[in-house]
Formats: sequence, structure tokens, C-alpha cells
Amino acid sequence: MAITSIKNLKEFSTNNDRFEGAHTLCPGCAHSMIVRELMNCTDDNLVITTNTGCLEVSTAVYPFTSWDTSWMHIGFENAASAAGGAEAMYKARKKKGTLKDPDSPVKFVAFGGDGSTFDIGFQWLSGAFERGHDFTYICLDNENYANTGGQRSSATPIGATTSTAQAGTHSYGKKEKKKDIVAIMAAHGAPYVAQLAPNKWKSMAKGFQKALETEGPCFINTVSPCCTEWRFDPKDTINITDLATDSLMFPIYEIIDGHELNILYRPKNVISVEDYLGAQGRYKHLFKPEYRHVIDEIQKGVDEYWEMLQRREEARV
Amino acid sequence: MAEKFDLQEREVWDGNYAASQALRQARVDVVAAYPITPSTPIVENYGAYVANGYIDGEFVMVESEHAAMSACVGASAAGGRVSTATSSQGFALMVEVLYQASGMRLPIVLNVVNRALASPLNVRGDHSDMYLGRDSGWIQMGAFNSQEAYDLALCAFKIGENHSVRLPVMVHQDGFITSHTAQNVYPLSDEVAYNFVGDIDPVDDMLDFSRPVTYGAQTEEDWHFEHKAKQHKALMDARPVIDEVFEEFEKISGRKYKRVESYMMDDAEIAIVALGTTVETARVAATELREEGIKAGVVAIRVFRPFPLDQVRDALENVKSVAVLDRSAPGGAMGAFFNEVSAALYSTASRPLVTNYIYGLGGRDFAVSEAKRIFMEQKANADAGHITTDIQQFSGLRGPHLGFFQTKRS
Repeated sequence: MAITSIKNLKEFSTNNDRFEGAHTLCPGCAHSMIVRELMNCTDDNLVITTNTGCLEVSTAVYPFTSWDTSWMHIGFENAASAAGGAEAMYKARKKKGTLKDPDSPVKFVAFGGDGSTFDIGFQWLSGAFERGHDFTYICLDNENYANTGGQRSSATPIGATTSTAQAGTHSYGKKEKKKDIVAIMAAHGAPYVAQLAPNKWKSMAKGFQKALETEGPCFINTVSPCCTEWRFDPKDTINITDLATDSLMFPIYEIIDGHELNILYRPKNVISVEDYLGAQGRYKHLFKPEYRHVIDEIQKGVDEYWEMLQRREEARV
Repeated sequence: MAEKFDLQEREVWDGNYAASQALRQARVDVVAAYPITPSTPIVENYGAYVANGYIDGEFVMVESEHAAMSACVGASAAGGRVSTATSSQGFALMVEVLYQASGMRLPIVLNVVNRALASPLNVRGDHSDMYLGRDSGWIQMGAFNSQEAYDLALCAFKIGENHSVRLPVMVHQDGFITSHTAQNVYPLSDEVAYNFVGDIDPVDDMLDFSRPVTYGAQTEEDWHFEHKAKQHKALMDARPVIDEVFEEFEKISGRKYKRVESYMMDDAEIAIVALGTTVETARVAATELREEGIKAGVVAIRVFRPFPLDQVRDALENVKSVAVLDRSAPGGAMGAFFNEVSAALYSTASRPLVTNYIYGLGGRDFAVSEAKRIFMEQKANADAGHITTDIQQFSGLRGPHLGFFQTKRS
């Protein structure tokens, strides 16, 4: 088990760099930060599978690759199945003694965006968790199909405008609430499920380490602000992430064995969702008087969810 | 392996059981599967061999055929021997991933027990699913009985895993007719079978961290064309390797396989070209017609992909009239198999007459008498020097004759 120190940011950020920076992700995209935080938090060998999405199309454009480890892209929906297959082969070969380096630890990780996780790949994800493969699934949640140009997904929050759930004179944008993927994955009885954010790098690295060290299927949803589709300046990615975590639009917490809930970050000063929404172009229309009720509804939802998380944490059930 | 599996010199196996014994003897590391009639017993048996300690391996029971092939892709890239089985709708659900498996050059072996595609829902055998996979970049071989389902499944590992091939391989057998019919099968001993298949020697092993590999990279117009061209070349270059593996198999088993198998074709004037169990039916019909002095022969396509164009042309260029039998609904065109055989014959100097028979859909029986009738229509064509029937007709259909693409010369 090779856990890397995460006390010192400078040391952590330069450790074990297995993700090449020369990828073609947008400037300001949080995906690369999240990937690097994962790869720097462990020295173990990694087998990574990736669903189709921004991360995949930007990091392995033939004849180049950003991945200095075993990496596979298979399809939009099935990285979890491929990771499960690779993990099954690891077990089979370990038993038979056909591995080249049988003693070095190997970890299996699958990446998906919210489209491939919440929507098209959900069946494959659920199946892999039910079967109990020893792998970690990380959802890079930027709340839309960014790779195809900003369509709605079931991770898109109520009130956001997207190219397929547009705000207009007769619409305030997406009308449906975001799917609660963390609760759904915890309900699989997974040993470790968490929601993390790259600005809270220590809790993110610790969460990744816990997931990697925990036997069985672990799920992590990470907020990954998308400057292109959320419409903010690329230099503001971390600022926006701060607003996301401090407004509790993205609470940071973990659920162990499907029931034990721990809140990992409590903002000293909780800000209103208005501050978060107002910093992004996708919510601009909500500030018209006729859509004021949508902001109120979002605030109400956030308050209720935070209340629920705190009660569940206290209840220890 | 924990215990010995006791095999007799002659066993009575159905095609599914035969295929599953090949998986056991090849010591497949991972089978990821989802059940579908009529192929299910193949993977059930593998699961039973694992459960009873006859084989070391991982049996991964996934939630769909799409996930099954996806897990097979991950497992194969992780450097071990991988196989699964499917039919019909399950095959259709796998199709997306079939392209990914072949594009990544992963030597997975898929046992396809052919079955009709819905709608209407039908669990019986025809070749609709097989044709759905014909452009997926897999090697496709056909077993005509249980013995061949066993033999070809063993050969498939050796062909696909060959370093100059590195391609996935499908072994087809006819749903229920082969898969569920018990026949005499002469198995090899476990030792002889495994020595023939050999240990897998993986290329680009994801679990070899001394040499990290990137699978499934993105290519656009700058490289995609070259990748697909190379993949096509790999399929075409697999032809001599398939021949070599068949020759090697003959040495250990006495059973001879060829990519195209001609029966009584040396002096044949009329011929049936077919796939699957129909080949044996047609051979019986040809044998009986020979007794009446009719020069009938049968050409069987053993390896459908890569398509043996030269061998089909050589086998058929001297006959006068040829019937190509398609066991799949043509969907508003000539049969897919007919098109391929016709294309091979177009470039021959003699250019025989070719007609297309659609038959046996959804498991409809194909009898010797029907094969004989088709032969006799070929004889009429040969004698007349032109096609005397419709160019395409449904054979064995209840109700009035259904023919298409009528010839103007008749």
C-alpha cells in the first residue's frame, strides 16, 4: 500500500506525476486537476478506464497520450464494465501466477462524466457495483454534456440553461431537479461513496486514498466546473468551486458502507446560492424578476439537503 | 487445475456442451457473460467447471450482453485468455463493443449460437445475427455440427492469439439444430488440447506496468483511415495463419478443415453454396442426386470472415448454375451471402448463373427434399443456359410461391 503524503501541497503536487500536462482540455477545466490529484495520491500501479467524454477525447489523441499508466477508452457507457473485466483478469492471473510483477499493488479506476455516469452508463455502473468489483469509479460532474456542446444531462440542476433545455421567454431552462447520484450509489451498499471538490484538495486526496484502499466498489462524485458551458472566465475555476462548496450547492461528504455519513467540509460562512448562481452565465436569466421563484426553490432545496445531511451524520445510522 | 475431468474416447455432446469443453480445455481465464437462449449452456457450463474446481478462472455474470463484451475487452487487454457466448438480441446488443474489441486487436473468442432477430420474437435459429457482425472486424468461422463446434472453438484461440493476427474470433453454430442436438463427439485429451492451444502470450498487457499502454485512443481524419486499413490488412493476412492452424489441428485430431470446403465439386455442373447445418443437408441431397447421374456438388464456407473470395471463385468457376442459400431476412435486397458469392463469381471468365434462395428463417426446417428441389432448379437453369426461375425466392414458405427480381429472359 503506497499512500503518499498530502500534508504539503508542494510535495503532493509534484509527486509521482503520471498525467502529462500537455493535453487538449480547455484552459480552466477542472478535469485535469482532479485526475492529477488522484494520480498523485498513490504510488500504486493504476489501470484506468475512461468513458467517452471531454477527458477521453483530450488526453489520448493518437499518436499522443497523457497517461503514463495503463489506460483504456472503450465507450460512452461501459468503462465500469471494462474496469470490472480487467479486475477479474487480475484476480485470475494472480491465482494462476501469470502476472509479470505479482507483488506490486494494482488499483483499478474508471472515470466518467456526468452524462456517462448519471445517464447512458448508469446500467453498467450499477451492474459493476452490484458485482462488487474492487475498483473506484470517479464521476467528473460538470452538470452537462460538455463534450457534445452543452446539452442537459440528469446531473444538470434545475434552472440552468443548456442547448437542449433552453431558457427563453417561456422557459427558465431545465425544469427537473438533479439526480441524487451519491444517494443512489450509496444505496448499492458500496463500502465507500463520497462527494468531493478539487478546491478542497486535502479532503479530495484523502477521499481518493480511502477509495483506493477500500476493497470493493467505491464511488466518488467530484464537482468539475466547466468554464465553457457554465460561462465563467477560465481563471476563475477554483473561485467558482469555492462558491459551489461554500453555498452548499456541492456539499462535501462521504458515506461508508451505505449508511455512515460524515460531512467533510463545513463552510465557516455559508453563502447564499445567489452568489454561486450569479457568477455563471448559465444562470443569468434567473435574475429576471419573473424567475425569482426558481432561485428561491434552489435555495430551499440546498437548505433541506444540508439539513438532511447533518441529521444523518448526527443519527449515525 | 484442481481435479481431472474424465473424458471418454467418444462422448455424446450437444454443440453447447462441446463449445464449453473447449473453453475448459483452453483454460480460459475470464468469461464475462449474460444468458440468452440458445447459447446460455456454454457459459453455464464454464461456471460449473469453475465452481467444481475443474478450471481456475473468473466467471463474471454481468447485467447485459453489452457489459459482457465490455468486460471481455477489459479482461483481454489485461493479458489473459477470454471467451463468452451469445445469440440473437444479445449479439445485437454487443455489436457496438464488437467493433471496439477488433479495433483494439483483442483476441477474444465469442461462441455465437445463431438465432433470428426480433421482431417477431423467435428463439430458433437463423443467421440474422451473424450478418449483423460481418463488418465488425472479427474473424468468423462456422461449425456445421457439435464436433466442429468443439474443434473450431479450440482453433479459434490459436488463430486469434497468434501474434501476427491478434484479432477476435467468432465461432458460429446453428441455434438448437447444433446447440441442442446430442451427437457423437470425439474429444481430445485435456493435455493434447491444451498443448495445441498453448499458453497465451499477451501483447500490450495492461498489467505489465514496465510498459504502460494506451488502448482506444482517439483518431480523426489524420489517422483513422490508416488504422482501419491496417486492421483490414490484419484480417486478410490472417488467411494463411488460419490454414496453418487447421493443418496443425489435423495432425493431432485427424480432422481436416479448410476455409472453403468443396463436396463432390470436381466435375459438378450445379452447386449449392451454404453455411451452417444446411451444408450437411445439401451434401446428403447431392449424394442422392449423384446416384441419379446428376452432377451436383456443395460448397461450404467454413471461414466467412476474412471472406475467402479466391477459394469461392476457384470452387465454383466451372459450374453452370449456382444456388446461394441465405438463412436471414434479406431486408429489401438480395441476400447478404448471395451478394458476396456473386461478387466472387463476377470476375470469373465463365460467370455461372446464380440464384438466391431465402430459407429456414426462425428455425424453419430445411429438408433434403427441399435441397433436392433447389438442385433440380439449378439443373433446369444449366440446361436452358439462363435462369428459368425468379432470381430470388423464398424456399419452404407456406402459402403461395414468393419470388422476387424476376428474370426477363424466362
